[in-house]
Amino acid sequence: MAQPLSGSYGGSARRRINWKKQAFAYALLLPSLIFLTLFTYYPTLKTIWYSFHSSGFGAKSFVGFDQYTRMFDNEVFWKVLKNNLFLMIMTVPTSILLAMYVAIWVNERMKGNGFLRTAFFHPNVIPMIAIANIWLFIYTPDYGLLDKFLEIIGVNGPNWLGDSRVVMWSMVIMIIWKEVGFFMVFYLAGLQNLPTEIYEAAKLEGIKPLKLFIKITFPLLMPTTLFCMIIATTNSFKLVDHLYIMTKGGPNNASNLLLYHIYENAFSFWDTGAAAVLTVVLLFILLSISIFNYAYLDKRIHY
Amino acid sequence: MRVEPYKIVNRSLVTLLAIIFIFPLIWTVITSFTPGSEIITRSNPFAVQHPTLDNYKAAWEKVPFLLYYSNTIIIVLGILVVQLFTITLASYAFARLNFFGQGFFFILFLVQIMIPPEVLIFPNYMVMKELGLLDTKMAIMLPYWASAFGVFLLRQTFKQIPFELDEASRVDGCKWWQTLWHVYLPSARPTYVSFALVSISTHWNNFMWPLIVTNSVESRPLTVGIAIFAQTFETGVQWGTVTAATMLVILPLLLVFLIFQRQFVESFMHSGIK
Repeated sequence: MAQPLSGSYGGSARRRINWKKQAFAYALLLPSLIFLTLFTYYPTLKTIWYSFHSSGFGAKSFVGFDQYTRMFDNEVFWKVLKNNLFLMIMTVPTSILLAMYVAIWVNERMKGNGFLRTAFFHPNVIPMIAIANIWLFIYTPDYGLLDKFLEIIGVNGPNWLGDSRVVMWSMVIMIIWKEVGFFMVFYLAGLQNLPTEIYEAAKLEGIKPLKLFIKITFPLLMPTTLFCMIIATTNSFKLVDHLYIMTKGGPNNASNLLLYHIYENAFSFWDTGAAAVLTVVLLFILLSISIFNYAYLDKRIHY
Repeated sequence: MRVEPYKIVNRSLVTLLAIIFIFPLIWTVITSFTPGSEIITRSNPFAVQHPTLDNYKAAWEKVPFLLYYSNTIIIVLGILVVQLFTITLASYAFARLNFFGQGFFFILFLVQIMIPPEVLIFPNYMVMKELGLLDTKMAIMLPYWASAFGVFLLRQTFKQIPFELDEASRVDGCKWWQTLWHVYLPSARPTYVSFALVSISTHWNNFMWPLIVTNSVESRPLTVGIAIFAQTFETGVQWGTVTAATMLVILPLLLVFLIFQRQFVESFMHSGIK
């Protein structure tokens, strides 16, 4: 990269100027680094420290892995983790495939496609908490929108949020509804970058549309798919606002999720040890996803 | 030109899906105008016999909306303005300066993308307690004043700006901040708009963190206010009020979205491209 100020100066002067440039660069980073240190690095280290220290009577004492074993012996912890995995497995592939399908059909500049895009994307400009308000009424037994609809076709719906076997499925449907439009947007971007020559050639060759999709469109969209997969996986651990309104993690922790469980432990049960351990677990999961992304997937993604 | 049958089938399916997707919103709008007595008895959930504004009146009276709106606007803009400042400086350093430890600092910034502030709710609460900032708007804003996401987005754009423009402005006697102002800011405008829209919608919608650090009406944003309000209701009769209050929360952002739709969608598109 060009260095506009150096060059015409003598040796010693240049060194002094370079020092100044170094300091200048650090000064530009400083504002960001202050906030990153205070609210990312420091709290991260603090949580790890907390997870090994118990706050018995005011004073903190080192307890080793005690708080970890206590957590791993607790069946609620495993239930919550299982719920999170279920949510991930059920929402990530479904919302991504649906997003891809939808994007392909609303991609063309056509009358009506603007409306279709809006219909799919609008959940992303609504706060999760408002979505929860709305979907709480949709899932209300008997009077709710869903049961009213099922009544017409003569089906008696289950207790969508009150039945521990059904509640996670209800959440899965809502999360998919929220996320499809978000990923659709990335696919729309991906589709714009596809080489049109291939499609013109394929048309001349008379290749069937389904074959064209499987052989060409799907593989070419792979970078977008991998990118969406990372976001969707991370989101499945970050989206918990709705629980506060809809179920509070219930019934009997059937819909509880890791981040909400941290919130519960820290601010309802005032169990700071458990909150610290759970935060470390969540950090571990998120870091694993990132490392997998940068070490493995990034090599295969080329924009 | 003949339209192939498979196109008709797929387009119909996508249209049907879109209608299903928009149902909840339409139903919310209709319910917000439905009198409480009709909500339980109606057999068609999309029909309203005597549309009324009473729900909005009731919601407006029970929830201090003006205060919540202003809190949210202060928080959202307070975050955005500082973010624009911090990301501009850092992006310029990463894009245009050579300094010792550049790669290391880049990874250091990356940490915030791997560990977003959302998951640090518990330790950051402790930090705010130490700083004595609990129950302030400041506490809601502070963790977001650095944005690694914004830095990466803007750095990419800054790198594409021809370096000759930078040099030329220096030859003209511009100080570095004048160069930044006259060369970089105008060229990177679309990126700034994208970042701003993503930032605004993220923080307008943020809930968990403000819920934890606030404890009074004076510092609460809309999302927390509406959640606390909605919690006091259970039965169907009050759905009208709750849906009206919900509409009042989502309307501003929804309107902005509908007006600047293309800009919005393109912003989110842009934000995903590395």
